[in-house]
Amino acid sequence: MPVASHASKRWIGALRSPLGITAAVLLVAVLVLAVVAPLIWQGRADAVQSAEILQGPSSAHPVGTDLLGRDIFARVLVATRLSVGLALLATAIGVTTGLLLGTAPVLLGRRAGRWIGALINIAVAFPALLLALFFAVIFGVGAKGAVLAIGFATAPGFARLTQTMTATVSSRDFIAAARVAGIGRMRILARHVLPNIAEPLVVSATMAAGTALLSFASLSFLGLGVQAPSYDWGRLLGEGLAQIYVHPAGALAAGIAVVLAAMAFNLSGEAVARAIGLRSTHAGKRAETATDHQIAQSEPEPDASDQPLLAVQNLQVSFPTASGEVTPVRGVSLTVRKGEAIGIVGESGSGKSLTALAIAQLIERPGQVRADRLDFLGADLREGVEQSKNELRRLLGTSLSMVFQDPMTSLNPTQRVGRQLAEVVREHQGADRRTAWRRAVDRLSAVRIPGAERRARQLPHEFSGGMRQRAMIGMGVMANPKLIIADEPTTALDVTVQRQVLQLLANIRAAEDVGLLFISHDVTVVGQVCDRVLVMYAGRVVEDLPTEALLHDARHPYTRALVAAVPDMTTDRDRPLAVIPGRPPDPHDLPTGCPYAPRCPLASDQCRQEDPALTTYAAGRRVACWHADLAPAAVPDNRTASDETNGLVQGDPVASENTDDQIAAPLGGERP
Amino acid sequence: MRELTFEDVTVRFGSRRLGTVAVDGVNLVVPAGQVVGLVGESGSGKSTLARAAVGLAPLTAGRILLDGRPVQRDKLQMIFQDPYSALDPRMSIGDSIAEPMPRKMPGRRAEVARLLELVGLAADRAGARPDELSGGQRQRVALARALAGRPEVIVADEITSALDVSIQGAVLNVVKDLQRRMRLTMLFISHNLAVVRYVSDIVAVMRQGRIVEYGPVEQVLTDPRHEYTRELLEAVPRPGVPLGN
Ligand SMILES: Nc1ncnc2c1ncn2[C@@H]1O[C@H](COP(=O)(O)OP(=O)(O)O)[C@@H](O)[C@H]1O
Ligand code: SF4
Ligand SMILES: [Mg+2]
Repeated sequence: MPVASHASKRWIGALRSPLGITAAVLLVAVLVLAVVAPLIWQGRADAVQSAEILQGPSSAHPVGTDLLGRDIFARVLVATRLSVGLALLATAIGVTTGLLLGTAPVLLGRRAGRWIGALINIAVAFPALLLALFFAVIFGVGAKGAVLAIGFATAPGFARLTQTMTATVSSRDFIAAARVAGIGRMRILARHVLPNIAEPLVVSATMAAGTALLSFASLSFLGLGVQAPSYDWGRLLGEGLAQIYVHPAGALAAGIAVVLAAMAFNLSGEAVARAIGLRSTHAGKRAETATDHQIAQSEPEPDASDQPLLAVQNLQVSFPTASGEVTPVRGVSLTVRKGEAIGIVGESGSGKSLTALAIAQLIERPGQVRADRLDFLGADLREGVEQSKNELRRLLGTSLSMVFQDPMTSLNPTQRVGRQLAEVVREHQGADRRTAWRRAVDRLSAVRIPGAERRARQLPHEFSGGMRQRAMIGMGVMANPKLIIADEPTTALDVTVQRQVLQLLANIRAAEDVGLLFISHDVTVVGQVCDRVLVMYAGRVVEDLPTEALLHDARHPYTRALVAAVPDMTTDRDRPLAVIPGRPPDPHDLPTGCPYAPRCPLASDQCRQEDPALTTYAAGRRVACWHADLAPAAVPDNRTASDETNGLVQGDPVASENTDDQIAAPLGGERP
Repeated sequence: MRELTFEDVTVRFGSRRLGTVAVDGVNLVVPAGQVVGLVGESGSGKSTLARAAVGLAPLTAGRILLDGRPVQRDKLQMIFQDPYSALDPRMSIGDSIAEPMPRKMPGRRAEVARLLELVGLAADRAGARPDELSGGQRQRVALARALAGRPEVIVADEITSALDVSIQGAVLNVVKDLQRRMRLTMLFISHNLAVVRYVSDIVAVMRQGRIVEYGPVEQVLTDPRHEYTRELLEAVPRPGVPLGN
């Protein structure tokens, strides 16, 4: 299997940490001893020397001798095989039973699965040692009974783990796809489910072996496990303990052996778990994640009318990684004025969300934010700048609000929505409970949540997706923010709900003169909401233009390609959609020169050598491209007729040919 | 070429009294070799209808027929929304694609290569694992896997909604091109009207478990009859057109 190499790489990675090395050395030592100790020391361990009864440590007997004069050290070493062997056997029984029970729902179907699940739940609640004692009584006193007892005591926990992980994997679409393809249940289990849960299972089995070792020692110590003349560590411990006042080293030796061996298993499990991160199979899906949210409250700041709300210059966000520092945001500059709506568009991974988070001071360590300028309402937000942290937090808390794509991550699922909104003004303005609650209800109705009074008493999950998003926006305007940053606020919503949310944002902006920084991957939506648009690519702004120019007059080849790639209600159905070949560069591995060059139809040698800077070519228009004047002709915009006509009518085939300007106006020139 | 018919299909989750009716007496025809686009807001029952067609959701009432006969599983394939969950991360994409093929089929490897080329991926990528591919490439692998079963009907549920717009176009081009060339019958689900308009011949509008409008694309989108269809159309974002209130 090709998978094996990949997996083993990660397992070997576990060896690189000090913890991993220690664990591995211990584990190998224990296993080697288990195999070779009886071969080498069996004779010594069994040699009865009546002349040397109960002697203390000496050069001949490192930890002394026992009641029959046998060498305790040799006995402890020899006992490794039985102790470890029985523990592994018990673990194997536990793991197998657990696997069978845990995967039963996949094999037997839902109904039988539910019964088995209930059974497991009961069994898990039972204390393991009690279970072991119970089994020991049933199966009789002796090694066999103890193995079965510990095995069955391990099983429920394992079954539960298997069941949970199996359920997670089973809910994913590739299982559905396999079922649609007519693959049998057994094969689905073997091919898709087990390989995907194998790593965590092996890790917890390793840890379970450590626990089984301890349990076994306990049982033998209590006389419920291995019986004479056989001996394992538990029995040696029992024998030694009887002589502990005469000669403590003898008792300690077996104890230390048990602890070391158990540690070897536990630490190995731990080290591997850390190395493979025991990530859920979803890992790596979202590059841009939202953390917390920032909320606003009122208290108007005096602001000079010409001073921008937000001024950012050369903003950089970087993170340390194993292969050096990466900088996913590389010098973004933008300004937002009072009441202005600025859009940021670009593919995922282009740095949009990080830019927003950096402005809101939500980048967490070890991430680093640098900027030549980062002013919000005249205050310098940059790190290290002389400024009281509290004051800054207060400024952001009162005047900046943020809306994320998934409101569920920003709302506390266990608290009533109204209370969460009220909290905002209580925290920052010290409003009393009643006033805060009334304001919350008022804001919920302002964001058009029907029955706001009743809804305020509900929990977030009782809201539909669109309502949650509106509640989030309501929370953002609990006070009177000066700037709202909305990061893909409608991406998860349906068109009808999307429109309501967009309208809401537009109304708030108009009524309260709030600035809006609107992030989206959808050029159409941005075009509808914003005054100006910034296009981001590979961590930079590559074009800055008024919204009216976005559809037909963009000058960066990337902007034009992005616009052309989106079908709208006027797209020619008989022609293939425009596509952008390739994929955006990895921030780890940026090409020299223009980062868009590998995908750009206009790329020249100059492009591949020198990175073009963002330069102003007309009032309010900037572009970072060596050949911006050629772009309109080279990348047609694929749109039929004008969009003002609502465009529901199917364009005739020739219309699309005429949409683009035949000759691009030279840079800086006005176009007819 | 097959015709897929839903006859009075009802799907209910949970008990008769307390459960939800996700699909409520749906009658729908997907004519042979044509694409029916199914639109409607989330929760309207689109996915449930799709899953019922391929046997992933149990019917409470009604029938689903292929050319008038009960569906044979192997004639239908489905493509899912989330490209990150659609492929087994432990399997090479070649193995994933080969999975629906008969196990002892000769020339499986050549067939995998052919399918990869068909969806616009290099044949030598067969050994690649899903995490080496972008979302759009994964969706193309999912399409290749669906085709590997030699289906005559394909059900595609929101296959581009999780993709960036830059990639969406490429996937739609492949889907449309293959559908035409192989004359597949297709149920294409999306909440994006522009995408549905681009891909489909016929549009069906779903609301609260029922089909409220059905007709040729041009007709439904230019001259909608149902109030709800009009609402949907109005909500489609149009750059430069003010939002209104
Ligand atoms: N397994 C399930 N159990 C209970 N309810 C479900 C289940 N699957 C879907 N539903 C419900 O059925 C309705 C339709 O859902 P769905 O088919 O996913 O709609 P759409 O595809 O249009 O988003 C929703 O109300 C949803 O909550
Ligand atoms: S600088 Fe060159 S490669 Fe970069 S976008 Fe402009 S034309 Fe293309
Ligand atoms: Mg759906």
